Amino acid sequence: MSNQASVLDNLEEVRAMIRRHKFNDYVFSIIGLIALMIGLLTLLTLFVDLVMDGYPRFTFEFLSEYPSRRAAHAGLLSAWIGSLLVMIVTFLSAVPMGVAAGLYLEEYAPKNWFSDLIEINVTNLAGVPSIVYGLLALGLFVYILDLGQSILTAGLTLGLLILPVVIVATREAVRGIPVAIREAAYAVGATKWQVVLHHVLHYSFGGILTGVIIGMARALGETAPLITIGALTFIAFLPPSPITDTPPFLNFEWLSSGFTVMPIQMFNWLSRPDHAFHMNAAATGALIIVVTLLMNGTAIWLRYRIRKNIKW
Amino acid sequence: MQSKFVQSMGLAAVVASLFAIPTAHAAEKIVKIDGSSTVYPITEAVAEEFQKAKKGAIKVTVGISGTGGGFKKFCRGETDISEASRPILKKEMDACKEAGIQYIELPVAYDALTVVVNPKNDWIKSLTVEELNKMWAPAAQGSIKTWKQVNATWPDKPLKLFGPGADSGTFDYFTEAVVGKAKSSRGDFTASEDDNVLVQGVSSDIGGLGYFGYAYFDENRDKLRAVPIVAKTGAPAVGPSPETVMNGTYQPLSRPLFIYVNATAGAFKPEVKEFINFYLANAAELTKEVKYVPLPSSEYAAVVAHWKSLKPGTGFGGVPEVGVKIPELLSRIK
Repeated sequence: MSNQASVLDNLEEVRAMIRRHKFNDYVFSIIGLIALMIGLLTLLTLFVDLVMDGYPRFTFEFLSEYPSRRAAHAGLLSAWIGSLLVMIVTFLSAVPMGVAAGLYLEEYAPKNWFSDLIEINVTNLAGVPSIVYGLLALGLFVYILDLGQSILTAGLTLGLLILPVVIVATREAVRGIPVAIREAAYAVGATKWQVVLHHVLHYSFGGILTGVIIGMARALGETAPLITIGALTFIAFLPPSPITDTPPFLNFEWLSSGFTVMPIQMFNWLSRPDHAFHMNAAATGALIIVVTLLMNGTAIWLRYRIRKNIKW
Repeated sequence: MQSKFVQSMGLAAVVASLFAIPTAHAAEKIVKIDGSSTVYPITEAVAEEFQKAKKGAIKVTVGISGTGGGFKKFCRGETDISEASRPILKKEMDACKEAGIQYIELPVAYDALTVVVNPKNDWIKSLTVEELNKMWAPAAQGSIKTWKQVNATWPDKPLKLFGPGADSGTFDYFTEAVVGKAKSSRGDFTASEDDNVLVQGVSSDIGGLGYFGYAYFDENRDKLRAVPIVAKTGAPAVGPSPETVMNGTYQPLSRPLFIYVNATAGAFKPEVKEFINFYLANAAELTKEVKYVPLPSSEYAAVVAHWKSLKPGTGFGGVPEVGVKIPELLSRIK
């Protein structure tokens, strides 16, 4: 009898404990939700505010006009073309270098103090303030290599800026490939290069892509390093077209052209006394956020598509 | 899948290798301008009209590195024209001299530094330069905290000061005019490089006082009140307006804005000459449109004559100076 009572007592205790733990669980989920909402609502408020201030400027002319002293006729043409061309150079410089460096560190580099040193440095580089890259680029690209205050310089600068992001993303993605896949490939006589190319790189493609796109989205919003290397504010002409009608159909003169980018144009408009310019700035801000969201959305979608096609 | 990836990687590598060859600069006509953000709206307007008039045959680019940053590039020979909201300083003159760069100094417009208070402030009708000095001098740091401390007849309300940051030409000019020495100011005020932040600050604080260019006051008349300034004891209080700046009575806070043209033999391009001719011919009208104060037409005539004479140098000798008349300034350059 007494035995049974003690079991019942015990049961009550256990139930109380479970209730307590469930309550803690519930409290934590609320805290997590609040934390999430603070982030999301801030972004949403910011975006809605920008759209409300800037919506009269969401016209085709806003994208097809050059800067002007008349706010209603001032547009983003030279800025969005500039941003696009700079992004192309950034992509072409950061991705091959970043992926190759990530693969080397993960697959080839011997595990010794030197590799550790490189690893620590790469991780640290991701946290260096962007203005430091701007100063480095001013000294290295503009003065020593004499590339001028050009699209090429800007693209390489932002390329350097996102290089650590690409390297880290590549390594994370590569680390996610099971060792069994590599061993299976070696077992049928594949060389290291074949293993890396046919299996490791192939399967980690989605993860690498995500890292690249997130890096590019960050580069799109950067202002400080580009102002340091001498980005312009007023530029009412476009760089020479990269595609020509005469062979070889490609023209690289645009690389040495002066440029401006969207965040710089936005900053300039925001600092003007005339309130009509603030509207332009808000519209530009909303546009940058939309493009960034689209880029991140594409990253998520591509990763999903690629993961679905991988069958181990 | 992987072969496509390899192909794109290969293509990327080929393109990347092409980057290694800096492309030859095409022989296109381009006028490069950089410098003060205060002068920027005027130059932007001129550049816009100039490119339209030339139908794109001559290209113009304008950056905003600030007056100091602009001179750094100018004296390295990277720009053709430098905009400045204060005259060139001694160390900048030395840098230009070392690089062998000759320049022509051209005043293009006036700006009225405007002292503003909150519209609810009912105790300030005008301010003397001494009172401004008392508020802004380095000695006021940490000690002058209320309006009453500046003038015993004013209420015992906290004095909140707003002004541009120390890198700004506006800051240099105001401190020179009010404290008597450029860059000499108390440090405990709210500083911002963005004048709209200063507008916001003064308009939301009843004890606020700030200064910035006239255009920022003009756009925010509903939120701010401009204070008339008494230059000397016994002089009348004069408020900022295009008229009082042009007739020279708004003193000492009206300042000329400049452009400096690279006139070094060999670097003085015909398209730059064309641009400056256009600039001076249209400055009066475009200056008004962007809410700055044009020079009186007699002074523009003097500037054009000076430009035609192509006399290099500065009328200031590297020392900032308050209240110099433009014709006198130009006549100093021999």
